[in-house]
Amino acid sequence: MAQLPASGLAIRRMSASSTPAPGIRSEGPEYAKLVDISRCIGCKGCEIACKEWNELGIEPTENFGSFQSHRDLSADTWLLMRFTEVEVGGDVAWFIKKDACLHCAEPGCLFACPAPGAIVQYENGIVDFNQANCIGCQLCVSGCPFDIPRFNPATRKVYKCNMCIDRVEAGLEPACAKTCPTNAISWGTKEDMVALGERKVEGLRARGLANAVLYDPPGVGGTHMMYVVPHGDQLDQYDLPADPTAGAGALAMLGTVRKLGASALGLGLLAAGLHYLGFGPQVPEEDAK
Amino acid sequence: MTISRRDLLKGTALAAGGTFVSALGFDLQPAYAQSRELKISGAREYKTVCPYCAVGCGTIAYVHGSGGLNTTRSVIHVEGDPDSPINGGTLCPKGAAQMQLAMSPRLEHSPKYRAPGSSEWEDVDWEWAMSWFARKYKDARDATFVERDAQGRTVNRCEGIGWVGSATVTNEDAYLITKTQRAMGIVYMDHQARI
Repeated sequence: MAQLPASGLAIRRMSASSTPAPGIRSEGPEYAKLVDISRCIGCKGCEIACKEWNELGIEPTENFGSFQSHRDLSADTWLLMRFTEVEVGGDVAWFIKKDACLHCAEPGCLFACPAPGAIVQYENGIVDFNQANCIGCQLCVSGCPFDIPRFNPATRKVYKCNMCIDRVEAGLEPACAKTCPTNAISWGTKEDMVALGERKVEGLRARGLANAVLYDPPGVGGTHMMYVVPHGDQLDQYDLPADPTAGAGALAMLGTVRKLGASALGLGLLAAGLHYLGFGPQVPEEDAK
Repeated sequence: MTISRRDLLKGTALAAGGTFVSALGFDLQPAYAQSRELKISGAREYKTVCPYCAVGCGTIAYVHGSGGLNTTRSVIHVEGDPDSPINGGTLCPKGAAQMQLAMSPRLEHSPKYRAPGSSEWEDVDWEWAMSWFARKYKDARDATFVERDAQGRTVNRCEGIGWVGSATVTNEDAYLITKTQRAMGIVYMDHQARI
């Protein structure tokens, strides 16, 4: 068990805010989840544990020809086990994906968010939505390379997995990781999880799964939920983007554009001030006579 | 109220200045955050056993409320018991949702009795139910007790009653059940998980 921050959670990044990271002291390690897809038996215990701990609403399930409980994530379903039947080498393979926030080191949602403090990245790597500051614009949804955040029309806020930040801060592991009966979800420091993931990948390769990979995409600076993918050559079938990047297109520029606009405003003001100092106030013509 | 052209310009300049300053490196957001309070921090822990299958996973039930005259004790969270050698803190989806059993509004709190020939269940009190059960048990045992088998050997067994144990009984419960039922001559004892 890694050491815990002495008091409060140090913030690394905050949406729409230019406050620099404190960087005064080290706040302990970064945490990460490692999901070993080859060990998952598809029991969906993690889904239930997530709902139970976070007190998310129960949504009716429907049978649509899959083992999957719901069709999609929602504001009340932060974690969904997705099941896909794929043909691999003339045989059927059952692809399982634990679909939830990956907690990117460079979070596209945070870069896209225009509401100060609505999205926060802690020093421990967890990306958290603070609904009190959310303005419901849903830019984070378009900013996310993994299509994770979900909008609730009733509260007009966006929700997603917060890696049980309340539990993590109290020295407990996230609810999904704790409940997993096959230990397919491991949880620990990012370093340990990367090392463990690499060992697992080696093991899978030795077992004949030559394409096994550790999914920790560098395009978003690495993630704090990583996957051990047995069939790494078929990432698209797992619904995992091969090379995700933080902030698609113009969204990544939002922060820069915002600063440019503010600079133009400031320079305009400055020019007006200098003009006043140089030429004095404009006097109406009838007064001048 | 009238706003002169000059006032309007002043106000606009002030607002623009504020926007400029806040967008470029000055804001009062804290650099540290307080996360949500741990919801089980004020709860009492009760170690218990999952009521569903025969694996018998150890669980911890977190309970709020003092049980005083005006409060109701209620389970707010259940999760696996890391000290249990059976599950080491893990739980399957059914076990992870077991709080819903304890807190279900449809949970029955009194014994139910359906009289012979009746189609209705009725609420009865525990005392009535226990004496009814004891009467039936005694009658059935008296009617089906076998002292000697066909070869004349003493067997002292009761063949008309079976006893089915539950996955939630502890070792101690199981010991007591075996002890009392053997004393009554019951030979058909089984476990829910085998059925």
